[in-house]
Amino acid sequence: MDLLTYPFMLRALAGALIIGLAAPALGIYLVQRRLSLIGDGIGHVALTGVGVGLLTHRSPVLTAVVVSVIGAVAVELVRERGRTSGDLALALLFYGGIAGGVVLVGLSDDAGNASLMQYLFGSLITTSPQDIAVIAGLGSAVLAAMLVFRPALFALCNDEEYARVSGLPVRTLNLLLAVTTAVTVTIAMRTVGLLLVSALMVVPVAAAQQLTRGFRSTMAVAMLIGVCAAGAGVVLSGEIDTAPGATTVLLALAAFLLTTAASALRHRRRRATPATHVEPPDVVLNA
Amino acid sequence: MSSVIEVRHMAAGYDGREILRDVSLRVAPGDVVAVLGANGSGKSTLIRTILGLVPVHRGEIELFGTPQQRFRQWERIGYVPQRLGAGSGVPATVGEVVASGRLARRGLFRLPGAADRTAVREALDAVGLLDRIGDPVGTLSGGQQQRTLIARALAGKPDLLVLDEPTAGVDAASQEAFAGALTRFAGNGGTILLILHELGPLRPLIGRAVVVHDGRIAHEGVPPEPAGHHAEPGHDHVHPHADTEQAGICEWAPTEGMKAY
Repeated sequence: MDLLTYPFMLRALAGALIIGLAAPALGIYLVQRRLSLIGDGIGHVALTGVGVGLLTHRSPVLTAVVVSVIGAVAVELVRERGRTSGDLALALLFYGGIAGGVVLVGLSDDAGNASLMQYLFGSLITTSPQDIAVIAGLGSAVLAAMLVFRPALFALCNDEEYARVSGLPVRTLNLLLAVTTAVTVTIAMRTVGLLLVSALMVVPVAAAQQLTRGFRSTMAVAMLIGVCAAGAGVVLSGEIDTAPGATTVLLALAAFLLTTAASALRHRRRRATPATHVEPPDVVLNA
Repeated sequence: MSSVIEVRHMAAGYDGREILRDVSLRVAPGDVVAVLGANGSGKSTLIRTILGLVPVHRGEIELFGTPQQRFRQWERIGYVPQRLGAGSGVPATVGEVVASGRLARRGLFRLPGAADRTAVREALDAVGLLDRIGDPVGTLSGGQQQRTLIARALAGKPDLLVLDEPTAGVDAASQEAFAGALTRFAGNGGTILLILHELGPLRPLIGRAVVVHDGRIAHEGVPPEPAGHHAEPGHDHVHPHADTEQAGICEWAPTEGMKAY
């Protein structure tokens, strides 16, 4: 635990805890909508933003936010419009995003595998105080939006047509989800990396819903699992010298296995109870 | 008195395909109107167009005296879709789904209060599901899920209920709970527009029936009381209609290859 006396370690922990809370709070809506992989796709697009930042000597986090917001809005417009070609359009956008990112990073002065890896798989240790300020600011904004608009976002993700007939601003809410997804992906880029960010949005939700009965309780438990996995992931990775992002994701997956086992056990016990009370049939046929 | 729904020479459809060609329909306050028709006749499109879910190609729609494009009092309309939305990857309780019905009245920014909670409980009580308020909707039977959706619409205390085949594939207990809830709603002066496959247990409630056929209103009138062998349970009414029935409306919607005389 000596590691926690280092300022860079404390910054890493603070960043991870914010992401650990905000990512599942947003992810629950994506899971409800069956868009679990959208975070992954936006992560691909964000890499192009990183490339633009490195090439133009601007903050890669900032350019990644801008590019991934544009990408997320484009995805949302495609989703809203078409049903047939939407899937293909998404694929084109995602692969374009990651290819563009790799090429642009390669063209920049900062070329090299190290800088690419830093964004793909996270690099908490190099997080600067300014980075933490950005993560804290944007993370709190995402978290607040997800909590304040929960009833409306729940209605939207549960039944979009009903939300429309309720007079809700469906398009604005959809764009809000798209933009917050892009923002969450980008700020989580330093913690878990672009390729693993989606896991922190989805896995805690998957783990929580094994135990819960309602939406609100699922959200609360998912946020708890997310923040615990992120905190423990940073500390553990410091102790045993592993990548913090991957460690966090593995811990979240372990939580999923645990809750799944607990839920299976509970179901089996419930099913076993009535079976003991089955009465013998009135008629017995002798062979 | 202005009408609740006024449709004039409306044509509508998706992706350039015209499903409704020329539909005019008027629903006055307190009316209970059943929309009948074969699968694919456009009856679902009709109510979805009225609600603004399908684009209008030609003609006009007015809701509570306001042109649909400028209509903003959505809390006056309770919509009951055919089934629970597709997005159900995450568990949700019956209470949470029904609470969505309060959004139109409450708006985006206000947190739910005591009035909202009371309305949710009252609506669930009206459909006989109050004891299931904390259960995940996924564990309910099809009929109970349908009743949950009706409770969601009732929770907003609307003036008009629009229902899309609410009784399709619903168990007897749910049909009864359902007819009771609608009868009370109509008894309090509510207006109802609903798609039905058959009039069934809701027959006493229906004041008027319209038959949609081939993108138009083919018939409009009072549904006939069942008489003679028509009233027998299980009667499937496949014989050609006699001349004496011409003025009325057939109990069953015309299907492919069957003419509505």
